[in-house]
Amino acid sequence: MLPTPDLSHLTSKDYRNVYEPAEDTFLLLDSLEEDQEYIKQLKPKICLEIGSGSGCVITFLEQIVGKNSVYLTTDINPEAAKITQRTGKQNKVKIDAINTDLVNGLLPRLENSVDIICFNPPYVVTETEDINSSLIAASWAGGINGREVTDRILPFIPKLLSPGGSFYLLLIQDNKPQEIVDIMESQYNLKYQLVKKRRAGREQQYVLKFSKI
Amino acid sequence: MRLITHNMLQCHVKGCNKDNFPLKLEEIEIEELEAEFNADFIKSMLNRLDWKALAQTTFSLGIAQLPEEMPEELNDEMLQQLHHILLEVDITSGRMVCQGCNHVYPIRDGIPNMLLTESEV
Ligand SMILES: C[S@@+](CC[C@H](N)C(=O)[O-])C[C@H]1O[C@@H](n2cnc3c(N)ncnc32)[C@H](O)[C@@H]1O
Repeated sequence: MLPTPDLSHLTSKDYRNVYEPAEDTFLLLDSLEEDQEYIKQLKPKICLEIGSGSGCVITFLEQIVGKNSVYLTTDINPEAAKITQRTGKQNKVKIDAINTDLVNGLLPRLENSVDIICFNPPYVVTETEDINSSLIAASWAGGINGREVTDRILPFIPKLLSPGGSFYLLLIQDNKPQEIVDIMESQYNLKYQLVKKRRAGREQQYVLKFSKI
Repeated sequence: MRLITHNMLQCHVKGCNKDNFPLKLEEIEIEELEAEFNADFIKSMLNRLDWKALAQTTFSLGIAQLPEEMPEELNDEMLQQLHHILLEVDITSGRMVCQGCNHVYPIRDGIPNMLLTESEV
């Protein structure tokens, strides 16, 4: 078992504006751990976490991949970008945090270049207006079907992934994961695999993996 | 923001598709980092870099004078130099300006802000 990253530098004050790691975060960590042999043999050079929040996931990924990669993160919340950077420091991981919407600014430069992408999106079903209504609302409010933010990223994934690279996406049942699988397979020709599923309270959570062949 | 990251960022203002890369660094503050040298890592990153942009940026910052094209063979000295440029030059504040549309992307606390306003998207 790999240790969970050290987050002892963060306090409840930090979590007022930035998502505190929860069951969904840990399911994503467990999925990366379960897949670690595959991830290591890819020898990733560029890893990217979209919506990094506390920075827990990308830091964990570094424990698997090691020093020989670049770790990029994005978050629409500037506080999250700062805290991600701090979590990197705390765990002696060099993270390059970027404050941006999804992956804006990285394409076309990073076309076919990113080996591993992770995203634990704002997935809760809400009104569209709730999305980005505050820094912390941006971390969970997903609009219609909890899918509005996730749906916007999908077309960029096949562009960013390097050949053989993979995208790990956390979803819940309300997000209609099968629809996303269909889009990724038929429109973008990515290979699908279910990595993990778990029930957390009323939520059925999944981690899906899409790979570029 | 390290220069390796700067080398990956480009202007994404709607309709801006000329001279949008690399973004010009202005009024920057630099902090030197210390990173462990690993020749294999630098070599493996080469095909994911935009060499011309790197040469242009390091020249304009007065950090290095790299050849205009990536050399076929990289000796140890060159790899050490690249290591320093890419991984040890950290831009803690300043701004990046698009040479095509003049959009300004600020850098604060070492973090580049690539967010646009509604009208620019
Ligand atoms: C559910 S939280 C996950 C945080 C962290 N990755 C984790 O697993 O604990 C979703 C994150 O995505 C960010 N986010 C929401 N919309 C975004 C967007 N359009 N672009 C980038 N990040 C976004 C939020 O600010 C938040 O940090």
